[in-house]
Amino acid sequence: MKIIILGAGQVGASVAENLVSEANDITLVDTSPEFLEVLRDRLEVRTVCGNGASPLILEEAGAGDADLLIAVTQSDQTNLCACRVAKSLFNLPTRIARLRSGDFVEYPELLNDENFAVGFSICPEQIVTDYIKRLISFPEALQVLEFAGGVLSLIGVRAFEGGPLIGHPLKAMRYHMPNVEVRIAAIYRNGEPITPRGDTVIVPGDEVFCLAASVHIRQVMRELRRSDQPMRRIMIAGGGNIGFRLARSIENDYNVKLLEVNKRRTEYLATQLNRALVLRGDSTDEKLLENEGIDETDLFVALTNNEEDNIMSASLAKRMGARRTLALINRKSYVDLVQGGPIDIAISPAQISIGTLLAHVRRGDVVAVHSLRRGAAEALEIVAHGNEKESKVVGKSIDQIQLPRGASIGAIVRVEKRADGRIVRHEVIMPHHDTVIRSDDHVIVFCTHKRLVRQVEKLFQVGFTFL
Amino acid sequence: MRSYYPVLNALGLIVMIFGLLMGFPIGISYYLQDGAHLAFDNAVLFTVTAGLATWLLTRGKRRDLRVPDGFLLVAASWIVLPIFGALPLMGYLPELTFTYAYFEAVSGLTATGATTLSGLDDLPISINVWRTFMHWIGGMGVIVLVVAILPLLGIGGRQLFKAEVPTPMKEQSLTPRITETAKGLWITYILLTVACGFSLWFAGMDGWDALIHAFTVAGLGGFSSKDASIGHFNSVPVEIVIIVFALLAALNYATHYLALMRRSPRPYFRDPEIPFFFGVLLFSTAMLTAYLFYLNAHSDLASTLRYVAFHVVSISTSLGLSTYDYTLWPMFAQLWILFLGSFIACSGSTGGGIKMMRAIILYKQVYREIVRSLHPHAVHPVRMGSQPVSNQILHAVLGFSFMYMVSIVSLTLVLSASGLDVVTAFSAVVACINNTGPGLGAVGPASNYAALNDFQAWTLSFTMILGRLEIFTLLVVLTPVFWRR
Repeated sequence: MKIIILGAGQVGASVAENLVSEANDITLVDTSPEFLEVLRDRLEVRTVCGNGASPLILEEAGAGDADLLIAVTQSDQTNLCACRVAKSLFNLPTRIARLRSGDFVEYPELLNDENFAVGFSICPEQIVTDYIKRLISFPEALQVLEFAGGVLSLIGVRAFEGGPLIGHPLKAMRYHMPNVEVRIAAIYRNGEPITPRGDTVIVPGDEVFCLAASVHIRQVMRELRRSDQPMRRIMIAGGGNIGFRLARSIENDYNVKLLEVNKRRTEYLATQLNRALVLRGDSTDEKLLENEGIDETDLFVALTNNEEDNIMSASLAKRMGARRTLALINRKSYVDLVQGGPIDIAISPAQISIGTLLAHVRRGDVVAVHSLRRGAAEALEIVAHGNEKESKVVGKSIDQIQLPRGASIGAIVRVEKRADGRIVRHEVIMPHHDTVIRSDDHVIVFCTHKRLVRQVEKLFQVGFTFL
Repeated sequence: MRSYYPVLNALGLIVMIFGLLMGFPIGISYYLQDGAHLAFDNAVLFTVTAGLATWLLTRGKRRDLRVPDGFLLVAASWIVLPIFGALPLMGYLPELTFTYAYFEAVSGLTATGATTLSGLDDLPISINVWRTFMHWIGGMGVIVLVVAILPLLGIGGRQLFKAEVPTPMKEQSLTPRITETAKGLWITYILLTVACGFSLWFAGMDGWDALIHAFTVAGLGGFSSKDASIGHFNSVPVEIVIIVFALLAALNYATHYLALMRRSPRPYFRDPEIPFFFGVLLFSTAMLTAYLFYLNAHSDLASTLRYVAFHVVSISTSLGLSTYDYTLWPMFAQLWILFLGSFIACSGSTGGGIKMMRAIILYKQVYREIVRSLHPHAVHPVRMGSQPVSNQILHAVLGFSFMYMVSIVSLTLVLSASGLDVVTAFSAVVACINNTGPGLGAVGPASNYAALNDFQAWTLSFTMILGRLEIFTLLVVLTPVFWRR
């Protein structure tokens, strides 16, 4: 597939990085030659330097025969304009734009083919904010992912001494929670994956990923560790895009303090937020943290642009008594260094937001792709289509499906529709070897390696007769 | 040498327009043949001639008004116009001294409603119409009217407008052109008045009473054509109509205007004053009803609620009509409604006091100080809606509120030095500076201001103008700095 990516910033670079391994032709466009140079050295991509909204530059980037445009520059206006140009001049089939400002999304008619011609819009900041919000509502979890519109959840939990299941084999779970169906998707011990079996015994310190209907998530978590006190006092360091969105969306439910260095930004934040307390100062300022009662803070979230600062301030907060710390860290090497130590959860914005974007890029009916444990494994949500003749999946039982090695089906969400197409209810099925997949099922597939994602996609594709 | 001729020129014009407005009661007087037309004829003739002469004599000196000229013109208009407004009253009531006639006219134009007259029921209808018509003109503002109908005041328009319209947010305007803004406000005002008049008529008043009281209610004045005020009608529907329209008139006219223009109620939801306005009024009504019912001030709960609701709205919005001698209530209830009058009316309304907007800003400022002492690093701007209030406005509000208190204290001292008892002196000053009308004690709703001596009447006339022009416009002109070149 020929793909043009506008913007070689954090989002653009990680999109390119993810797609390049899947045998795509990628052209990166950015106004900054320095950014492009770095990426050209690292990845197998073509680069074009210039304004992505300009027809000339787009043509030079090969918009004429490209399949996909991903406009992820910093500027909403550039992204919108580029989509329109790509549609009008080059009739480029699929256009994805990053829109940070909520104003545009509120008027969907602006984005249709007559106007800005944006096929899909994504807002990485919002995705990261939602992700952090889920972590706040499940304070014990390392990772919370939702599938099938929130019906099914995947949580990662670090097992702790005191959980009823600790020290017992996995099959004991059925006796502990007879009414709850859970699937253990993966277990990581000392950073290494181990294959979960019925007789695998969970030991303290294991990272356990399990899949269950969202309504049962809390119950499952209680099996693996004593539940913590609910969060009340939250301190957010960094009032940038994510910090501000997060503060605004949780200020009514929690006691929120927001730290920001920039004077003008604090003034803006203070006029936009109603209940959160906006504080001006450096998040690594010990005195300030102490005055604001860091030792009574349930959660410290470091969300500044500078990941070193985030690590330092979160570590400091932890040492000074914050119950739990989250930090925004992009570099994978840093994550391995600090997660589980002074920092409870490291959040990689690129990793989180890329799943939604990649789902649009991938063929077939992939609804979502999520990375577990920062890319060590992938979870795909994919919709099965067609009938028994055309599809390699539909009408077959699990053990008849020829999944590649390393891939496994975790769960199925069956959508029941009325005759008029309205969705009546979702049913979560934990499949056994004889479970038969039907058309329109949402299937959750785990892959131990990114390479397998493509093969699974191919498997779910319908034969040509269906088209 | 700064020339005052341009100001005089504009003043002449304003006086002339004011004289022409007297045409309205004259028409009524001729139509009804009520015997007051002679008084009006002379007054109109004199007013228009004086205005015209001033205007013609200073024509050659015309130029655009500057910032200081604006203050001078507004202050001068408000001091001079009551002289002419008093003429018909003096003409019809020869025993009325100039002091009391001037007091009556100031009370009319500032929409205060404090009166020294009694035997109102026997006055000709045209005189009563003139008294409340002055409320109506002064409520929205003479200058605003002049700006609306005569763009020839030119550059000075916005400055004049700012000096007269009662709001701390002087910079906000509804339309790009000040003339349009002034017109919009007056049209809204007229519509509200018409609606009020018809409602009163349907509620059972006769046509003339409905007209007179519609002027009073829309301007939040307080004059009535009855000695017993609204108590004369003893009608629940009339009282309900008055409550509803007094509440409407005490909201920001800019909000009414926007809602009318856009044909949507959204501006009301976005007006930051409205929740506080209704919140405080509802709380006060409920609390005072419970309190007075507990003390058996009235026979039953329903009549307690009826009297409390009417007076809470009427006194606090600075309307000042009454149905009952509330000075018979315990002092706590009397003081409560009198104090409410000092801040309930919204900015840009026809009501008086420091305005709800400033009260909210003051409250938020205090809250900010508390937050700041607990969290020295906190950034906590004072906001109105989602807009931060600039420090400049904040300081203006603090300065204004301080001057408001100083004015009340010093004027109370002046009146008590002149021999009034403390309750009367204090409540008279508060009622006049808020443009409410009736006070407590000897100037309560059952009696009136006729017992005042000349000195006290002049002091209170000054107080009313001071309150109507939100202190600074008048104060600026009274400082030596203003006259120094």
